[in-house]
Amino acid sequence: MVPATHYLALAAILFAIGALGVIIRRNVITMFMCVELMLNAVNLTFITFSRFLNQVDGQIFVFFVMTVAAAEAAVGLALIVLLSRRTDTLDVDQANTMKW
Amino acid sequence: MLENYWVLILIPLFGFAINGIFGRRFSRQVIAWLSCSTVGLSFLICLLTFWEFIQLPVDKRTISRSLFTWIQSGNLVSEFSFLLDPLSMVMILVVTGVGFLIHVYSVEYMAGEEGYYRYFSYLNLFIFMMSVLVLADNYLLMFVGWEGVGLCSYLLIGYYFEKRSAGDAAKKAFIVNRIGDVGFIIGIFLIFRQFESLEYLTVFRTVSDQFPEPTAGFGVLGAITLLLFIGATGKSAQIPLYVWLPDAMEGPTPVSALIHAATMVTAGVYMIARSAPLYTRAPETLFIVAAVGISTALLAALIAMAQRDIKKVLAYSTISQLGYMFLAVGVGAFSAGIFHLMTHAFFKALLFLGSGSVILALHHEQDLMKMGGLRKYLRVTFYTMWIATLAIAGVPLFSGFFSKEEILWKAYSSPLGNGAFWFVGVLVAGLTAFYMFRLIFLVFYGAERFEEAHHESTPHSPTEPSSLIKVPFMILAFFSIVAGFVGLPEYLGTNRLEGFLAPSFRYMPEPASVEEHGHFSESHLALIAILVTFFGIAAAYQLYIRDRQITERLAARFSLLYQLIWRKFFVDEMYDWMLVRSIRGFSRKILWKSIDVNVIDGLVNGTASLMQTWSHALKRMQSGYARVYATWILGGAILIFLYYYLTSF
Repeated sequence: MVPATHYLALAAILFAIGALGVIIRRNVITMFMCVELMLNAVNLTFITFSRFLNQVDGQIFVFFVMTVAAAEAAVGLALIVLLSRRTDTLDVDQANTMKW
Repeated sequence: MLENYWVLILIPLFGFAINGIFGRRFSRQVIAWLSCSTVGLSFLICLLTFWEFIQLPVDKRTISRSLFTWIQSGNLVSEFSFLLDPLSMVMILVVTGVGFLIHVYSVEYMAGEEGYYRYFSYLNLFIFMMSVLVLADNYLLMFVGWEGVGLCSYLLIGYYFEKRSAGDAAKKAFIVNRIGDVGFIIGIFLIFRQFESLEYLTVFRTVSDQFPEPTAGFGVLGAITLLLFIGATGKSAQIPLYVWLPDAMEGPTPVSALIHAATMVTAGVYMIARSAPLYTRAPETLFIVAAVGISTALLAALIAMAQRDIKKVLAYSTISQLGYMFLAVGVGAFSAGIFHLMTHAFFKALLFLGSGSVILALHHEQDLMKMGGLRKYLRVTFYTMWIATLAIAGVPLFSGFFSKEEILWKAYSSPLGNGAFWFVGVLVAGLTAFYMFRLIFLVFYGAERFEEAHHESTPHSPTEPSSLIKVPFMILAFFSIVAGFVGLPEYLGTNRLEGFLAPSFRYMPEPASVEEHGHFSESHLALIAILVTFFGIAAAYQLYIRDRQITERLAARFSLLYQLIWRKFFVDEMYDWMLVRSIRGFSRKILWKSIDVNVIDGLVNGTASLMQTWSHALKRMQSGYARVYATWILGGAILIFLYYYLTSF
């Protein structure tokens, strides 16, 4: 049987990739997918603990996260469509008017 | 009535509330009726109470009535309760009686004035506050009344507030009184600290246990009594705080009669008489009280001799008479002080009302030099003012004679008195006779000097107000004559007032020795005082009727002295120079220019500029790049993680 640390390490790596992607990439769709990656890394952690602690709470949480992720995808994609229509680009650095 | 006498306090409050809230919409008649009837009703209740009161046996004549517990904090319990005993009975009779007469007089006197309802609601409030002051059964409640009458005094002095001088006078009265009140309230604190109660009877019982005999040296009782006396000098216009009373004459004349002559200014005398068990145990303070009283009497009488404003003469006369009362309580003759307080309330109120009717007849002319010859026109005023003048001058058989002789005799014969007090007292009696007759002669006799002050367009001669206003004159004149007979001197009869008041002055220490010092009898001393009085009258007659030139020649001859008196010994200028200017300079240079500008403003502006500097630095965080924000969030998350990670070991 694969030990829990392997799953957790994989989840941590996925999370780090996602976080770095959000910070580094400029393409708004890439950033969006990186956020999804982070969410799923967390899901993986939940599932791992659920399995190894023999409790279903973690799995219930995962359903919640997936629901939220679906809603977020709808809102996020709508925002992206609007952004591309207004600025003709998907570069988030172009959308920098909200500042002092 | 004895059970529920306290309703007499609340009725004027009711009148104040109705007139104060709705008075603007009422007609003048309604306002006047409401105001006079509330005080009249109070007076009626007071009379009924008095009737039942004197039928009680003497040892039952202390009726305390608590309405509710007002303040309860730790071992400080202050009841909202009233005490009816002979002393407060006399006071409340004078307050509501004279108050009622002056309300009636005001109906006509104020007829032409703006803000009729304002005037009457303040006057009602004053009666309420004064009743609280004299009927309170503890020092704290007395202080409420004490401040309340001060407020009414302020409001009524500043009644013509559109006049700058009236506003200034009101502020001056208020501020000078505050100085005294600081002393009073610290005295109250000390009383509570020493006796753990503020209720009169408890305090007096405790003090007679703690100090069976008068204390030697200046102890805690000395401090308490001296502080209370400072309060009294403010309210009752004694040296050094008397300066507000002459200026208070800016108010309407009935107000001067009621508040600044008959009732409020005597509150200090009442307070000392009420605290007699404390004062008699602090002979040092009593000596100060007597010395301040007699000096004030002399100073004010001297100033009154040369004043030209009719109301100023009466104001200084009031200060002088208050000085007599303080002399009386200062030599331990508390009932003599209250006696003079009572007779003075009648004749001084009458004098003020008379001067009001003169002023009204001459269309608000107050200069004595522009009066004269008025006896033809103002008959009732003329006769009643004569009576009041005879009373205040101390002409035998008038009320002032008996009360003043009583004071002078006690100043001489009491263990606390001495010959010097008596001598100055007699001198002041002579001066009083002089300045009062000077006033009468200048107003009612001689040539009619008011014509030139008149406009050609109003040729009609001065007239007296209608009959309603004459009733208070008659009643006050009656009492100015007969009020003295309640306190006959020993060689003529019995002093009923002293006997009546005696229960209020229990808890006194046993007098150390009752030996009468001095070798003159009361009647001989009275004879000397009478001679001095008649000499004063004769001098006034000589100077102001027989030969007017003498006056001017005397004034020219002793011009320095005359100037000194005429300018009131430069006391106002001295206070202005020493206190007002230095305080103003200190406030301006130190408090405003350095402390306020640098410290206070510095704190405020410094806080603001600190915030500005920081926000200039911090606003750079907000770049507008979503990725940067994400980095901040991530950084924060890492920090939180590290914190928990590191502290978990």
